[in-house]
Amino acid sequence: MKNFLSTAVLVATLALLAGCPGKPPEQPAQTQQPTGDTSGVDDANAVAGDDTATGGPSGELLSKRIVYFDFDKADIRADSQTVVAAHAQYLSKNPAQKVRLEGHADERGSREYNIGLGERRGQAVRRALLLQGVAEVQLSTVSYGEERPAAAGSDEQTYALNRRVEIVYLK
Amino acid sequence: MKKFATSLLFLTLGVAGPAFAQLRLTITQGVTDPIPIAVVPFGRAVPADGGVDVAAIVQRDLESSGRFKGMPRTDMLTTPTSAGEVDIAGFKQQRNDYVVVGKLTSLANGDITVGAELVNVLNGMRMMGQTWTVKPANLRNGAHRVADAIYEKIIGVRGAFATRIAYVSVDGKPPNQKYQLIVADADGENAQAILSRDRPLMSPAWSPDGSMLAYVSFESRVSAVYVQNIRTTQRSRVSARAGINGAPTWSPDGKKLALTLSGSNGNLDIFLLDLGTQQLQRLTDDPGIDTEANFSPDGGSIFFTSDRPGSPQVYRLTLGGNERPKRVTFTGTYNARPRVSPDGKQLAVLTLDNGAYRIGLQDLASGTMTVLSKGRQDESPSFAPNGAMVILAGRERGQGILQTVSIDGQTSLKLNADAGEVREPVWGPYLQ
Repeated sequence: MKNFLSTAVLVATLALLAGCPGKPPEQPAQTQQPTGDTSGVDDANAVAGDDTATGGPSGELLSKRIVYFDFDKADIRADSQTVVAAHAQYLSKNPAQKVRLEGHADERGSREYNIGLGERRGQAVRRALLLQGVAEVQLSTVSYGEERPAAAGSDEQTYALNRRVEIVYLK
Repeated sequence: MKKFATSLLFLTLGVAGPAFAQLRLTITQGVTDPIPIAVVPFGRAVPADGGVDVAAIVQRDLESSGRFKGMPRTDMLTTPTSAGEVDIAGFKQQRNDYVVVGKLTSLANGDITVGAELVNVLNGMRMMGQTWTVKPANLRNGAHRVADAIYEKIIGVRGAFATRIAYVSVDGKPPNQKYQLIVADADGENAQAILSRDRPLMSPAWSPDGSMLAYVSFESRVSAVYVQNIRTTQRSRVSARAGINGAPTWSPDGKKLALTLSGSNGNLDIFLLDLGTQQLQRLTDDPGIDTEANFSPDGGSIFFTSDRPGSPQVYRLTLGGNERPKRVTFTGTYNARPRVSPDGKQLAVLTLDNGAYRIGLQDLASGTMTVLSKGRQDESPSFAPNGAMVILAGRERGQGILQTVSIDGQTSLKLNADAGEVREPVWGPYLQ
């Protein structure tokens, strides 16, 4: 498994190097030159296998890994501020620890727009963590929009459970 | 040669694997006064036809449009197979307006010729006589082509029965769901999974020639855009940049994809990716969410969703100029996922209508919006290539189903899966 992972990382790194000469892959460039990589991808954020940590930190606040949001909103509610602050404190004390912020939306509205909403929520948590001293390299975001609901159903309660950002501790 | 290539395509799909998530078609609404038509059983080509009942497929296609009512076979007193044999007075007396007759002929090379004729029994005129040559495995498609031609002769608009649809099927309960990308005939038959993943698949989009699908897959845990040949199932990943890779749509010349990228800062904008050179060009630059691009048929502009005014609305951007995008939708607080009609005159959008998410049709010249669907959570509109119908995703008892609605709102049908949920239908182009 470890071999497989390091190979994957190597491949990803090579692809990254080949894909974006002299440019950080994070920014969609105004004009990107042909890459020589026929698939035209940088693989900057592909993840091979299961990278999620089994435990992660414990404690009343740190064991809470989900931040919920209001309908069509991306600001962190007062009742979630302490949870986010606890993770910020833990992550700034453990700079080697990485987390992935997985943003989600409820099922209402169009799917690709909801990908945008989920991303906006992930970014809101990311910004809050950065402001509280977490380093950029510790954080990544992904938005699943409405594609990976936590609960099934078409009622307000279900929607509230699905509008969320999951803080996923990585190995 | 071109015909041969198309035939081969269907043959290959026919043997590619077992059928998945078979769809069941139900007519939910038809016109109040459907046209009575007798589709007489075709003369067979035994054994090459494999028992395929061409007339039954033609009748089902015509009835599924909501505009025809087929004569029950048990009521037919005669079963002619050519126009000359039709007892015009007899069929007229049994209250038919039209009679379809035909026969299949085996050729030496194994192909089958489908011959069909259309007779107007009210005036006794033979309106159509046409033949199609197909491989035996494509006989269903031959039948759909017969239905297309008859529909055009009578209604005046080319039928879209001999076309294909793609959609996403989802099985299982969250978070353990299985996602499949499926291609099927427009009537739901011949369903084939071209991809199966345990992470989300979304946003399928047909290439203009109907040979490829672009789509989004989360198989590597983050989003990436792929392009897949539906015949060979060979695919390539065309965008796996940091952040969101989403909402692919093809330029009318098939050479470029418009897609949504966010970068790691999370700001969604629309980019144009040249599939040949891999060159990426930014099309929009706004702090809001810009996504769900769709080209006008002439390729000169894109329509897209943007929440720059505070809620999602549709904007139009003229390509190749320096103009700012212009807002197009003004009815209500939510208009998203625009799809342009084949004639470029209308937009199908997801619109919030009295608290329900429905499909609206906006006339681009007048700006008038008409609500087309009746569900509470309809989404993903896509025009048939003849522009006469829209396929969309709806919900029934908590499960996703597919529906088609005619753009005059008069006829509709639904396609539900025998198991699981189906969503994100996209109607493919006419195949040459």
